[in-house]
Amino acid sequence: MGEDMLAVEKLKEAFGGDIIQVTECAGQVAVIVRRDRIVDILRFLHDDGELLFDHLADLTAVDWSGKKTPRFEVVYNLFSIRYKRYLRIKAQVPEEDPRIDSVTCIWKTANWLERECYDMFGIIFEGHPDLRRLIMPEDWQGHPLRKDYPLFLEEDQEWPVYQEVKKKARELAVYDWYPMLLEKEKAEEAAQAEAEAQEAGHGTNA
Amino acid sequence: MGIKGTVEVDEGLRQVPGTDVYLTTLDKLFNWARTGSLWPVTFGLACCAIEMMAAGASHNDLDRFGIIFRASPRQSDVLIVAGTVTKKMAPIVRRVFDQMPEPRYVIAMGSCACSGGVFKTYSTAQGCDEFLPVDVYVPGCPPRPEALLEGIIKLQQKIRREHGRWGAFR
Repeated sequence: MGEDMLAVEKLKEAFGGDIIQVTECAGQVAVIVRRDRIVDILRFLHDDGELLFDHLADLTAVDWSGKKTPRFEVVYNLFSIRYKRYLRIKAQVPEEDPRIDSVTCIWKTANWLERECYDMFGIIFEGHPDLRRLIMPEDWQGHPLRKDYPLFLEEDQEWPVYQEVKKKARELAVYDWYPMLLEKEKAEEAAQAEAEAQEAGHGTNA
Repeated sequence: MGIKGTVEVDEGLRQVPGTDVYLTTLDKLFNWARTGSLWPVTFGLACCAIEMMAAGASHNDLDRFGIIFRASPRQSDVLIVAGTVTKKMAPIVRRVFDQMPEPRYVIAMGSCACSGGVFKTYSTAQGCDEFLPVDVYVPGCPPRPEALLEGIIKLQQKIRREHGRWGAFR
């Protein structure tokens, strides 16, 4: 425990005014810091000879929508390969200005981690060399890991490329030996017509 | 019944006695040839692909059915959709299928390929039958190699019942 706190002590010494909160859960220490000093703080943790957090194990974000303000929290999981120590740094990012400085200048691996974070949460990393979507297709709308993003997309919100694939498949189905997609479509249409007829029947009965 | 002087040696297969001359229908001949050499595309999407590889390895040994994984869709007969089809992957899966020559078949392997499985989410196709004509559905998460073998045998049974699927294709 004492060794874990070394990084916190040193941080407090060097950046006393920039530390918002220090929390501990299940023996894991997390430090919430001001987002405009994030690069300086992480640079310090990376370079300091007694800490040497040279490995950025993970970079992600949390959406606290409706539970906390500011809404987002960017989380940096650091590891020191030399001293075998972990440290978690968090920076709060508000919804109306979801920006934070990129740490690609400290760890190269932050490049894709930040791209993923941008893709999933829409947090913009200032100074990133190539901030594009990493996982979702380039023309995807929205940021899926935000809590207000729908879990399931209805047909009218569907990704246009996938809609096109389904449409083309139905068009090409006439060339299939067993036109299963067409049969499926016909069955669906028949079921829908039946449902509508039933509904209409109910209407007249009432 | 039957042509004079020939003997029925199997259902729908007659032999001129004492010779190597057999008589059968073209349907039967083509279907027999196809069932014995179903070449799937070497194409896997997720964890089901591991089970598909297990089915192809020595213990279950797909080779004994004449099933050899082919590295090009242009020389394949079957597309085994083994795994979750994401919407981003769907156009690519469809393109692989479009490159396959007739006659071609599709096996949907696993819950995800059959129906989307547990992934009723924004990113997953709700079953590969949304954009592919699936012949056989193999449920399971993932299906055991035996289940995939069962699916392939079902496909063979289906092929044996085909009529007139030869000549110039549409």
